[in-house]
Amino acid sequence: MNVVVCVKQIPDPATPYKLEEGTSWLIRPEDQVLDDTDRYGVEMGLQLAQESEGTVTLVSMGPTGNAQGIRQALAMGADRAIMIEDDGLRGSDALTTARVLAAAISSEAFDLVITGTESTDGYSGVVPQMIAELLGAPALTYATKVEVGDGVVTIHRQTAAGYDVVTSSTPAVVSVTAGVVEPRYPTFKGIMDAKKKPIENKTMSDLGVENRLAQEVAKITNAPEREAGRRIEDEGDAHTEIVALLEDRKVI
Amino acid sequence: MATVWVFVEETEGVPTPLSLEVLTGARKLGDVTALYLGSGSQEAMATVGEHGATKVLQMETGDRLPAGPVAAALANKAGEDSPDLILFGQNYTDRDVAGRLSARLGVGVLSNASAVRLVDGRVETDHEIFGGNQIATATCAESPFIVVVRPKSFTAEPMGGAAPTVETLDLPDTGSSEATVLESHVEEREGPQLGEASIVISGGRGLGSAEAYELIERAAKPLGAATGATRAIVDAGWVPYAKQVGQTGKTVKPDIYIAAGISGAMQHLVGMKDAGTIIAINKDPDAPIFSVADLGIVGDVHKVLPKLIEALESR
Ligand SMILES: Cc1cc2nc3c(=O)[nH]c(=O)nc-3n(C[C@H](O)[C@H](O)[C@H](O)COP(=O)(O)OP(=O)(O)OC[C@H]3O[C@@H](n4cnc5c(N)ncnc54)[C@H](O)[C@@H]3O)c2cc1C
Ligand SMILES: Nc1ncnc2c1ncn2[C@@H]1O[C@H](COP(=O)(O)O)[C@@H](O)[C@H]1O
Repeated sequence: MNVVVCVKQIPDPATPYKLEEGTSWLIRPEDQVLDDTDRYGVEMGLQLAQESEGTVTLVSMGPTGNAQGIRQALAMGADRAIMIEDDGLRGSDALTTARVLAAAISSEAFDLVITGTESTDGYSGVVPQMIAELLGAPALTYATKVEVGDGVVTIHRQTAAGYDVVTSSTPAVVSVTAGVVEPRYPTFKGIMDAKKKPIENKTMSDLGVENRLAQEVAKITNAPEREAGRRIEDEGDAHTEIVALLEDRKVI
Repeated sequence: MATVWVFVEETEGVPTPLSLEVLTGARKLGDVTALYLGSGSQEAMATVGEHGATKVLQMETGDRLPAGPVAAALANKAGEDSPDLILFGQNYTDRDVAGRLSARLGVGVLSNASAVRLVDGRVETDHEIFGGNQIATATCAESPFIVVVRPKSFTAEPMGGAAPTVETLDLPDTGSSEATVLESHVEEREGPQLGEASIVISGGRGLGSAEAYELIERAAKPLGAATGATRAIVDAGWVPYAKQVGQTGKTVKPDIYIAAGISGAMQHLVGMKDAGTIIAINKDPDAPIFSVADLGIVGDVHKVLPKLIEALESR
């Protein structure tokens, strides 16, 4: 079975994020990391492809930089990557992103497209469904468990009350939640091999997609700050302070 | 007057609390049509009317996963009704429909909105960024504007509107993009609901083990509190996902929020920092959670919580 996994490179979440003056677009340094959210998709893809001796292709849109984040996913075991980078794609919204990804995916022979649920830096949470609509495929979303058999994919789909068992034929798009599988850490060999794996670069004109730039950030304001209150060191009786505060707020 | 569509989901035969919040927010923006997904009893329709809808388009999907057929039907209907604004709550099926509808109509989606305004024929939305430290105000040039609203952005309030007119919307066959729901599992839950409780007590990795989450449950009992968790301990399998508070979990706005052994990562803060009073227990005096806490206790959860439980139980 051939799996395409959509993965995103993002600025390291451990570093402070900065916005570009004027446009308020997120500044993306050369050094980006694989979005932690997408490690689950890569692992899921690897496991499903392994069972059937299929391949795992990564598709990613955004400034490639030094491609360190993509190499991370290749080091986990993915076979190859397609990167779409184009200055014209700066500031693209979820729909343009989905159009670009869907166009890149449609030239691949795939049984399953796997995505995360929500990216760490964009968190629009709608790109997977848009990709599915553009590909004319079912979207099995918020998967906490995925099984594939003979032309059929079945997942546990998270719901507010618990989960639903949802099924469709393949090809399909599946978005996975964190915790669907335990992502592997790249081995030393994996890291070395990743350096030699093919990364194919594409542009907007290769895919025939335009950037609409229909949304803009009008302004950024500081949120009203929540003042930090009192901080005390527990000397064995801090619980009495909590009780006193709860009494003061008349909840006990 | 602007025409505003609001997607309404049903749970146990009634509109979800989130749907009622969004309806309440929507009625200040224009004439509201509820896009009602579910069987829709008369009582449910009355509730939708009380919260501001003058019209209902009702859809039932049976065992089909809703997003595909619902988005197809709504895209057709949008051609006839030309809504100015389509609002969704930030939930599972809502986001699925919003994404598919956006792709069908070729218009963008503004996700994660905490406020929605219509200004001079354009939509203006606020979005909390950087864990809620800053607010980005976005506008969109396309129409209809599709906006996905975060829970607790509006407060649900009935206003005594009349029963809405109800029209059934048939769902087309969407062929190869169909998915089927085979079974639904409801996870057992005890005590008050996270989204609605007036007191919430949550635990994080500082508890040290899955077993220690019992401290959270025991402290919650005498308080009548709902119990929550960070993603770190949900991913670790200590507690079910339903307890997760934060960006990818639930947004809560209780009178009191108690955070025990929680560092206060940006993605957790966005889900709880609008609580009335925040109490934090953390052994690290520099933990970010203290920057939003009204009462911060630098201490060990294994020392503070047992004494708190004893004090609460003996009252
Ligand atoms: C896309 C994305 C979405 C996310 N969504 C969410 C979300 O919805 N909700 C969420 O919560 N997180 C979310 N996260 C994860 C978030 O970034 C943090 O990793 C997580 O909130 C940390 O959980 P924690 O506070 O339990 O653990 P830690 O950050 O490990 O903190 C544990 C804390 O416990 C303290 N501690 C240790 N021992 C003790 C003790 N004995 N007594 C008292 N204190 C002690 C430590 O000082 C530390 O501050 C998301 C991350 C990403 C990338
Ligand atoms: N630029 C991108 N490149 C590749 N995949 C992406 C991109 N943006 C979003 N995705 C995929 O869509 C999922 C949800 O992202 P989002 O809709 O931005 O929250 C992510 O987990 C990725 O799998």
